[in-house]
Amino acid sequence: MSDLKNIKEKYHTKLNSNLSLDEINQIKTELFGKNGLISSQFKNMRSIPETDRKKFASDLNLIKDELQNLITNKNNEIESKKINQKLENEKIDVTLPERSFVRGKIHPVSQTIDEISSIFSEIGFSVEEGPDIENEYNNFTALNTPDNHPARDMHDTFYLDENKEILLRTHTSPVQVRTMLKDKPPFKIIAPGRTYRSDSDQTHAPMFHQVEGLHIDKNINMAHLKGCLNYFIKEFFEVKKIAMRFRPSHFPFTEPSAEVDIGYEIKDGKIIIGEGNQWLEILGCGMVHPNVLKNVKVDPSKYQGYAFGIGIDRLAMLKYGINDLRAFFDNDYRWLNHFGFDPLDVPTNYRGLSR
Amino acid sequence: MKITFDWLKDHLDTKFNEDKLLEQLTNVGLEVESVENLSAGLDVFKVAKILKTEKHPNADRLKVCEVDVGEKDIKKVVCGAPNAREGLITVYAPPGAIIPKNKVKLVVAKIREVTSYGMLCSESELNLSNESDGIIQLSSKKHEKKIGKSYFSKSDSNLIDLSITPNRPDCLGVKGIARDLAAAGFGKLKDVKKKKFKSNIEQTVKVKINKEKNQACSSFGSCLITNAKNIESPKWLKDKLISIGQKPISAIVDITNYVMLDINRPLHAYDADKIEKGIIVRNSKSGEEFTALDNKNYKLDDGMCVISDGKGVLGLGGIIGGTRSGTEFDTKNILLESAYFEPASIRKTSKKLNLDTDAKFRFERGIDPSSIEDGLNKAALLIKEICGGEISKIDIQKIETKKIKTLKFDINLFEKITGFKISTKEIYKILEDLGFIIKKKKKYLKLTIPTWRPDISQEIDIVEELVRITGYDKIKIIDPIKERSKSTLTQPQKLFHFFQRAIASKGYLESITWSFTDSNYNDHFKDKNQEIKIINPISSELGVLRNSIFSNLIMYMNKNLDRGFKDLSIFEIGPIFTGSNPGEQNTVVCGLSAGKRSRLSWIEKERSVDVFDVKRDVIQTLVEAGYNSDKFFVDTETPNYYHPGKSGRLFLNKGKDQIAAYFGEMHPNIMKKIDIKTDSLVGFEIFLDNLKLPKKKLKDQKTKFEVSDYQKSERDFAFVVNKEVKAQDLINVISSVDQKLISNIKIFDVYEGENIPKNQKSIAISVTIQSFEKTLNDNDLENINKSIIKTVENKTGAKIRS
Repeated sequence: MSDLKNIKEKYHTKLNSNLSLDEINQIKTELFGKNGLISSQFKNMRSIPETDRKKFASDLNLIKDELQNLITNKNNEIESKKINQKLENEKIDVTLPERSFVRGKIHPVSQTIDEISSIFSEIGFSVEEGPDIENEYNNFTALNTPDNHPARDMHDTFYLDENKEILLRTHTSPVQVRTMLKDKPPFKIIAPGRTYRSDSDQTHAPMFHQVEGLHIDKNINMAHLKGCLNYFIKEFFEVKKIAMRFRPSHFPFTEPSAEVDIGYEIKDGKIIIGEGNQWLEILGCGMVHPNVLKNVKVDPSKYQGYAFGIGIDRLAMLKYGINDLRAFFDNDYRWLNHFGFDPLDVPTNYRGLSR
Repeated sequence: MKITFDWLKDHLDTKFNEDKLLEQLTNVGLEVESVENLSAGLDVFKVAKILKTEKHPNADRLKVCEVDVGEKDIKKVVCGAPNAREGLITVYAPPGAIIPKNKVKLVVAKIREVTSYGMLCSESELNLSNESDGIIQLSSKKHEKKIGKSYFSKSDSNLIDLSITPNRPDCLGVKGIARDLAAAGFGKLKDVKKKKFKSNIEQTVKVKINKEKNQACSSFGSCLITNAKNIESPKWLKDKLISIGQKPISAIVDITNYVMLDINRPLHAYDADKIEKGIIVRNSKSGEEFTALDNKNYKLDDGMCVISDGKGVLGLGGIIGGTRSGTEFDTKNILLESAYFEPASIRKTSKKLNLDTDAKFRFERGIDPSSIEDGLNKAALLIKEICGGEISKIDIQKIETKKIKTLKFDINLFEKITGFKISTKEIYKILEDLGFIIKKKKKYLKLTIPTWRPDISQEIDIVEELVRITGYDKIKIIDPIKERSKSTLTQPQKLFHFFQRAIASKGYLESITWSFTDSNYNDHFKDKNQEIKIINPISSELGVLRNSIFSNLIMYMNKNLDRGFKDLSIFEIGPIFTGSNPGEQNTVVCGLSAGKRSRLSWIEKERSVDVFDVKRDVIQTLVEAGYNSDKFFVDTETPNYYHPGKSGRLFLNKGKDQIAAYFGEMHPNIMKKIDIKTDSLVGFEIFLDNLKLPKKKLKDQKTKFEVSDYQKSERDFAFVVNKEVKAQDLINVISSVDQKLISNIKIFDVYEGENIPKNQKSIAISVTIQSFEKTLNDNDLENINKSIIKTVENKTGAKIRS
């Protein structure tokens, strides 16, 4: 009995002193090794009289647990001390700059095209495309703009041949022609893309972007046209209400034709869309002319519908407060960085068009 | 088209004001471009009387005048006009006035040591005429009492500029605009009694229209006015022209202009004495020449419609007259022409000669053929009234009578197109107000189309008239249905968007450059493509369609480098052109990266961008887009604008079907020629149209998930091979040893130099071996090891380094 007590007291004192990991291991061996003090006591168990044996065993187990715990604690203590010491030496200045990273941007015109596609996608339009080089027929004649018609003067055209039969498309409307010739009605498409006119000044660039819209079905009338554009403009500018004005106009390929103005005002030098009593022209539209439908082999007595054309660059300018059209194509690094969009900012229906 | 409300009121009875007018014009489709107050600032010009003139002490030609400017105020004005004299009543402009002709603001100024307070004005300075020889002389009788009053009568009528669409020639006359407004309920069209004159005098200038093929003149009306005196126009006529910004010239010219502006009936006035033996309207012969009223000489082709006389061409019918027969102030006998010319012919001729005139603008849109007589009547009477003289009978030569056009209109079409209804009564009223004659038939209306509306030929045109006049605000709004039956984007379109954003996410700024470029730049990058010229480029620097995006991109890269940016990456996704026919274009993603990575970094070592940066961007993008990089194949055949030793051509698979991409350093020669200064310039092109689209959709690709949990082993090898042996070949050879067991191959070192024979290199490769079936034992691994070494040595001539 006194043996056990002695062991306990002796090692208690030992384990409470300052020890190294090696010393602890040494103690561990002294106690629990093959011939360790505690291990021997277990072996001696048989020589203990039967009456005392039970008590002895329980005391021995208690002491064993106690010492084992002490060892574990001591171990932990030393290890954490070691880590703390290490941490003490590992302080760095985290205000130093991070490793360099690069960041690309999406051009505002591309972002705007994606926004437009996202909006029209929701109401069932799909995206069509056509070539930048067009023939004179698709760009003009099929669109009810015959040769020697003054309406052709509205488009300053780039030609690729002396006979003026091959040209750079002056609008996205030839995609209407291609789509309708290729497929069967109904048609419900938008066609964004590059367009070209030999015109260059502060407000005109020789290349710009348009999006064409076309919806042809059995009973599509001007109320649908108004509803579609009203929806689009509200969604695009992300406003609840918008003042919109349809004005009669003339395009050879639509009849009746309209130009659409939206209300705006200038507040603190910034243009505010949707309010105020000034009007800004943003698009042209109308009911597709029966002559156009005939030209693309669609029976105008069975099918009718609307078309529209919107200047994408202008929309981008209005929405994002860009003043100078020419800057879109100057590709100044600073401008691209300033007006560009993060590639992860994909306009979608569920997370919204823009942040 | 410029109008004033006052002029409109010649044709329109209305109780509405100008604000309402502007609104209504826009509502019927006559877009108001601008509204300008022409009389603003003019009220300071005063009627004044010269009391005294003295010779200027320091200048022979100048006079110092004392001028009574009213209210007992006498001003000293230095004046150089020869006609400045005592007692003359003229127009005085005080300091501060803005002279209409040159827009210069007057100040008190010393003219050769004498201070002048204001100026006495000539007609030319006030934009009243071209008269600039002296100051205005006003009659004493009329103006004595007006001294000190404003010279210009105050007009509240603003100059309204309308943008008239090309389908509406009738609205190039004030009357046509009034008619539209009246139809829309803005007032009542005045029933101006057409004055007709009776004459017994014969029109003695013989007119003949040659009946020949493509004769563009179908009728030619004329009237001769004899013994007239061409004078300055009376004030009312001058005021009228000035009110819309036109300059009065002489009574005869002003009258023809007035009739044209009022009812869109162009007229031409000849000095009848200068016409030799009558007029012949005929097609021109190639080489004929004449001097037009713009003082330019024109050489004509065959078949242009000319008005000629015995001596030759007088003018181009419906486009411009000639100087030989023009009217002047001493013209006594005037032949007035009022004719009809075919729009297409007018347009063709004027395009060929590059000639744009007011008459041409009107005739090419279509003049009312039935206005020939009206125009002559109106003008001849005015000439007689203002210039005196005798009017002859009207002579009209015709080779063809224009048919009256009719059309059937089913009124149900209106609602079908517009989505709303209007009453039959309203339909009648609008169409009648616009000049249609209506006959009711059982199922439709038979409409006679007004002769001034060449734009109307089918039912839809009538719908447009009705909805335009009723007002577009009546059209309802039907909200779109949110329903999608077809996917928004096609697979190639999805790929386009994916690539666009994938490249941007690797640090490239998206640029948009013109589809055309400078042929000098294009030459560097056109490779084997043909040059595609634009016939009428905006400038020679934008003269060809681009064969590669690089030509423009490198130019903008250079501009940005010049701005002082050193390390930048830009890209563009868009078309390049391979031919001049529709469809001969490809969509390309093209990127450029310049300068260094980690420039001036405290933590990383800086280095120049290199071919492996762009290679990574290309491969990573393709992998992100779903292409399997295990199958990619690279060789070194690249276009000549890449560095021949540091560029590559990538195929999606070894079959080399179509080129997926190029990547590499730009050729040093090109960098030198373009004078681009950077540490390094690398670029890439990915050809979107060449990429095979995955056949399976993502949902079908992702059915099976298989991984191995058996232990994997890594074995390292170092092979010494000839320099020409490509890393790609080594990898392919190794992976062919056992595709099931070899799960990954990595090159972790390439070494040339000491201990390696010349012309050889050492490549260190780590191969990961793992089975899907069991844990491989030492024996298995040893077998694969041996097999790898043996295969590589056999197939590539490599030797394993021991």
